[in-house]
Amino acid sequence: MNEHAHSTKAPTHHVSSLAMYFGVFLALMVLTAVTVWVSRIDLGAMNVPVALAVAIVKAALVILFFMHVLHSTRLTWVVVISAFLWLGVLFVLTFSDYMTRHWLLY
Amino acid sequence: MTTSTLHDVRFLEPEKTRHYLNNDYGIFSWLLTRDHKRIGILYLISVTTMFFVGGIFAFLMRLELLTPRGDLFTSDTYNKLFTLHGVVMVFFFLIPAIPATLGNFILPIMLGAKDLAFPRLNLLSWYLYTTGALFGVYVIVAGGIDTGWTFYTPYSTQYSNTHVIAATMGAFITGFSSILTGLNFIVTTHRMRAPGLTWFRLPLFVWSTYATSVIIMLATPVLAITLVLLMIERGLGVGIFDPALGGDPVLYQHLFWFYSHPAVYIMILPAMAVISECVAAFTRKKIFGYKFVAFASLAIAFLGFLVWAHHLFVSGISVYSAMVFSFLSMLVAVPSAIKVFNWTATMYRASVSWQTPMLYVMGFIGLFTIGGVTGLFLGALGIDVHVHDSYFVVAHFHYIMVGGTVMGYLAGIHYWWPKITGRMYPEWWARLSALLVFVGFNLTFFPQFVVGYVGMPRRYHAYAPEFQVLNVLSTAGATILAAGYVLPIIYLAWSVFYGRKAGPNPWGAVGLEWATTSPPPLENFHVTPVVTWEAYDYPAFLKSVRETQNV
Amino acid sequence: MSEVVREGHAHRPHHPFLQHHFEDMGQQHEASTLGMWVFVAQEILFFGGMFMAYAIYRGMYPDAWAAGASHQDWKVGAFNTAVLIGSSLTMALAVWGAQTGRRMVTVWMLVLTLILGSVFLGVKAYEYSVHAHEGLFPGASFTYVDPNPALTPGVQLFMVFYFGLTGLHALHMVIGAGLLIWFIWRAWAGHFGPEYYAPVEIMGLYWHFVDIVWIFLFPLLYLI
Repeated sequence: MNEHAHSTKAPTHHVSSLAMYFGVFLALMVLTAVTVWVSRIDLGAMNVPVALAVAIVKAALVILFFMHVLHSTRLTWVVVISAFLWLGVLFVLTFSDYMTRHWLLY
Repeated sequence: MTTSTLHDVRFLEPEKTRHYLNNDYGIFSWLLTRDHKRIGILYLISVTTMFFVGGIFAFLMRLELLTPRGDLFTSDTYNKLFTLHGVVMVFFFLIPAIPATLGNFILPIMLGAKDLAFPRLNLLSWYLYTTGALFGVYVIVAGGIDTGWTFYTPYSTQYSNTHVIAATMGAFITGFSSILTGLNFIVTTHRMRAPGLTWFRLPLFVWSTYATSVIIMLATPVLAITLVLLMIERGLGVGIFDPALGGDPVLYQHLFWFYSHPAVYIMILPAMAVISECVAAFTRKKIFGYKFVAFASLAIAFLGFLVWAHHLFVSGISVYSAMVFSFLSMLVAVPSAIKVFNWTATMYRASVSWQTPMLYVMGFIGLFTIGGVTGLFLGALGIDVHVHDSYFVVAHFHYIMVGGTVMGYLAGIHYWWPKITGRMYPEWWARLSALLVFVGFNLTFFPQFVVGYVGMPRRYHAYAPEFQVLNVLSTAGATILAAGYVLPIIYLAWSVFYGRKAGPNPWGAVGLEWATTSPPPLENFHVTPVVTWEAYDYPAFLKSVRETQNV
Repeated sequence: MSEVVREGHAHRPHHPFLQHHFEDMGQQHEASTLGMWVFVAQEILFFGGMFMAYAIYRGMYPDAWAAGASHQDWKVGAFNTAVLIGSSLTMALAVWGAQTGRRMVTVWMLVLTLILGSVFLGVKAYEYSVHAHEGLFPGASFTYVDPNPALTPGVQLFMVFYFGLTGLHALHMVIGAGLLIWFIWRAWAGHFGPEYYAPVEIMGLYWHFVDIVWIFLFPLLYLI
């Protein structure tokens, strides 16, 4: 099938419900409270990963719902995932240097 | 003047038709234009100017290197010469040249679109480029910078007494200009293709340019933030990358090269884009292994991000990390090799037409191969320890950037010149220039492989006397090369006024840009094209154009 | 620049905000949103670079990092986080308003977004002045000495990243605020509706991105 560069005369995009917006907002506020509460507990080395995990969940909510990615095109998903993937490459390969500097050769 | 059978015989006698050059007059019709074609020409002028600025520094360096002693310039001045040569050439010529001149002009037409997706952003990108370039000119006039184009810390942040912040600001602003160009190309390619133009019917130029744009979007911001951190460190006197204050200079190198290695693919992929088009046009064949070449562009973009620390092999990174990067560096050669094999295979048993663009293509294929293979030597950890920071490295990257990118650029300028200006360039002068460039290039840079391997360090203005003969050869070559670069300025300018008028498809090539008049009308096509032919399908394309476009 | 007469076809009637290089509003909308997403993607890499430098140094100087973070008031930070998330809600509702043709909803939601964003910036300005007072601004005016003097250089490095990251974030918010003012005017003038709301949507994408950066900044700078 010949793919046209565009196929709509006017945008016909998904309109999210008000309930969804307010629901996500509430979830974000709760998660913020969780972030603060968890940080007051000493989990040792796990404090940072837990804080980051909560932040990732919050970011995911904003991306999927406020930014409408859940209902967006595949191309939008590719763009978003690529950005984080490349950031991951930067982090992983740079850290691979720092974390192996003290390894013994033999 | 002989014409080959390649020339389209239905050469229109040009009537006084309106096209993009004569639809409006006056300085503001250029400075406030939103037409991607005019913006491409604005870039052509700026980029060419910066090329010669950078070239002057190179020539001064080669003059110094005629003699082993540092007798023409002080070492401080020489440091400024090689730094400015690098900064100007990398940031103000190599990165923008093909995308912003040829890409801007040709990409929308190749896609059958009326313009890029965001014409005003396009104009903004030119103004940003010019602003960045003016920062560069300011640095030159105000006394220069001596840190090397890589701005390594802590010298650049704590010890250099030169205009580091202005130079990095210039690079930052020009980087943002390049981001806007890349953004425009990506959106246009995805959303503005003509009806019937599916991805696998696209010219390979589009695939390569698209891959370039992806690299631009993902790598350039990392350079931007690195330069911001550098400016903060220098401005505030804090120790982000300064070991005396707790910082790590190797971290700067990681961040810098995360951009700067993919940057070399930003420089080479557009040249490869031109090569694909020219090989197809001058062999009158579909490129062998079209899909392999298309995916190889994407593979180069992806793999190019995984290898940056091969610039840090001797900087003190972990040996294990170095081994990983060395292995990954070997991988990135594969898609480049695939492209070279496919271009060569296309030429096998073809009837090749040796117009100037094809001469530059042959130069590219040979010289890029040498440059690429020497890149493999450098990627091998053990060899790199020996030749790092020697002229071997200098020769390697000049083979790729000059033997590769600049030749690709010249090929593209000549190939699309009739489309851009509506005139043919004088073929024999152009061939002479190509010969001068090829001979001059090899004489300049091949001795540098030798002299680097036997121990001459780079960025030194004095050297051991036994290296003199090779250095003299190199400077002689540079003189010939310079002549080869100056000639096109003269004959191309001449051709704009006196060149033979060109028809819509002087090469008889396939591509939407050849389905419209030379020069094109303001909105590129009189009738929106509908694409019914496969990539590089000559008979189908020429038939369709005859029937629909009335050119 | 003079208006050019296009040869070959008459000027078809079209939406007043259709840009002429696009075929129709649908193509224009899809191009705009893709463009903003690609821009946001490169912004992720932009901030990401500084995040990575921050992470490397945290690995090297965990105690100095903890000392630096202890100078940030988490209650103020949490308040600001709530404010910014609230502004994301109002921004999303502004997009909803434009999508559903509710002009005054769009206007008021954009105004609220601007107000909440300004509150955020005001609070940040207050925080910055407190830090300056305590001698924590890096560079020549850094007069702070940590109770554990060995940590002082590391605390200064932390503060470089604190000011660098939040400063860059604040700069993006100021730009966003400026854009909001322009969009409030456009919304009030009735430019937006179900057939043309892409500008509000891409404003939203930008604003939400800036919010996401803060979602990561808050725990990393205030709570570790």
